[in-house]
Amino acid sequence: MSIYNFFQIKFFAMKSTASQILPKKQNEILDLWMKQQLKDEGLRDDLMTNDDLKRDSIELLTVLLAVIKKDDFSNVESAEFDKVNEVLAGISMSRAKNGFSPRETAYFVLSLKEAVIPVLEKNITDARSLYSETAKFNKLIDSLGLVTIETYIKGREEVILRQTAEISEISTPVIQVWDGILALPIIGTLDSARTQVVMESLLLKIVETESTIAILDISGVPAVDSLVAQHLIKTVAATRLMGAECIISGIRPEIAQTIVHLGIDLSNINTKASLAHALRTAFNMLKLEVRKVNSSNKITAGV
Amino acid sequence: MDRIPILKMGDFLLVTVQVDLYDRLAVGLESDLVNMINKHNARGVLIDISAVSIVDSFMGRILGNIAQMSKILDAHTVVVGMQPAVAITLIELGLPMTGVHTALNVEKGMELLKEKIKASNGIISEEDDSPE
Amino acid sequence: MIVLNKETIKIETEQDAVFLRKRVTEYATKIRMGLVNQTKLLTAASELVRNMLRYAGKGHVLCEVISLSILQTGIRLTFIDKGPGIKNIDDAMKDGFSTGKSLGVGLPGAKRLVNEFNIKSQVGKGTSVSILKWKNG
Repeated sequence: MSIYNFFQIKFFAMKSTASQILPKKQNEILDLWMKQQLKDEGLRDDLMTNDDLKRDSIELLTVLLAVIKKDDFSNVESAEFDKVNEVLAGISMSRAKNGFSPRETAYFVLSLKEAVIPVLEKNITDARSLYSETAKFNKLIDSLGLVTIETYIKGREEVILRQTAEISEISTPVIQVWDGILALPIIGTLDSARTQVVMESLLLKIVETESTIAILDISGVPAVDSLVAQHLIKTVAATRLMGAECIISGIRPEIAQTIVHLGIDLSNINTKASLAHALRTAFNMLKLEVRKVNSSNKITAGV
Repeated sequence: MDRIPILKMGDFLLVTVQVDLYDRLAVGLESDLVNMINKHNARGVLIDISAVSIVDSFMGRILGNIAQMSKILDAHTVVVGMQPAVAITLIELGLPMTGVHTALNVEKGMELLKEKIKASNGIISEEDDSPE
Repeated sequence: MIVLNKETIKIETEQDAVFLRKRVTEYATKIRMGLVNQTKLLTAASELVRNMLRYAGKGHVLCEVISLSILQTGIRLTFIDKGPGIKNIDDAMKDGFSTGKSLGVGLPGAKRLVNEFNIKSQVGKGTSVSILKWKNG
């Protein structure tokens, strides 16, 4: 082989990997990518301006091309990718919190393929190299797509967590219905986190009002299974430690049936069908009586 | 050596726990209490834990011991002032706490003690006691 | 999971246990853990440190503040001793089981109070118990 041929081959070899080509073609890739994204029917220009989209795209592309300069770029776990993952995570999180769907968020990354592959095609003439470099790049984008999805889900979970905390706070009012008698209408499902909130509100109110009776009304609790029953039993036990007694009211007939079928023992808990009954029982326990004022307008000793 | 002070209030003894109950202190409290119950023929013991922010199984055991020892000497025990966070934790911890009666504060604790003493004496009163 | 802060506290006396409680309270306050969760964490720690002093005589506790995400931070405490070890961990984790005069609620009780609980022990070598309590939930 002549020296000329040797240099020719070397020349081609030098310019035929993604690492060598792509970093030089940032603007071309960006153009293609923006075109691709704006073309998509699912583009949410109601949630984000095209300028913001371009800014996000430039940010990701810059850090991505910096990493691609190194030849072995398909390992997303390696330290070099920290910056890329950070940028990507940031973008996904904000999309999640702003109401983008998972598909829309993933498309941001996946559409990059449509921008890069034409560039590789144009610049790699050897079919085998083109194939292997394209495959390498695809693998990279697929991994990044997964990172996007995971971060997106985490972002959504944080929204849910925050909303759950807010709902918890709003939906456990403790009402003083009489001197020494508190009523607590529980609305919604009773999981262990919620139970802790309920217990804390109730016990604090008991201390504050020096109440001795707490009526827990569960007519707003859709389903009572063994776990929920356990939470109720714990709440009653905690109330007793504060020197107060609990009455559980609002037990629907189906729930009474379920409880027995599940073998749950509520024998040492006071239960009543309705809040009204529970209130009457509470008055009895406090040795209070409600009487009608007699018709001659004399107010008899009553409540 | 530190001892937890025990105050005499009529027929009752009042213990206010304000420090961590480590081993020697707890055993000291138990023996001081039984001695004082004996000496003064006390009928009731009030243990105020309103300053206690952590009650673990050791402390729970001590309270249970005190309740049992007092009972043997014909005195009733009421633990008062339990903090809400402590009550919630105790239930989760699963401490049995049998034989330990509780009340919200010293005042209610004394009412409860009086009731228990009356009941155990078998005296049925027709009228309410006048407030003391 | 990112570890935001790490500290090791030596436990040799009851005073050290008091100091541990103080420290953990400081961390819990800093990450704004609610009172009930704080109390649960401290009570679990109290159980474990008591076990350590009683059975191993001494040891140390690794305190870490952990962040899972922007909204979720927590405290992880690892109790490490070179004591006699636990012969049968399964038994030890049953309510009512006690090799001492206690109520036998220490280990299983502590587990109920926290979000994550891990225990490793070898007879003659020592024991390591790690508990984690999130700020929320």
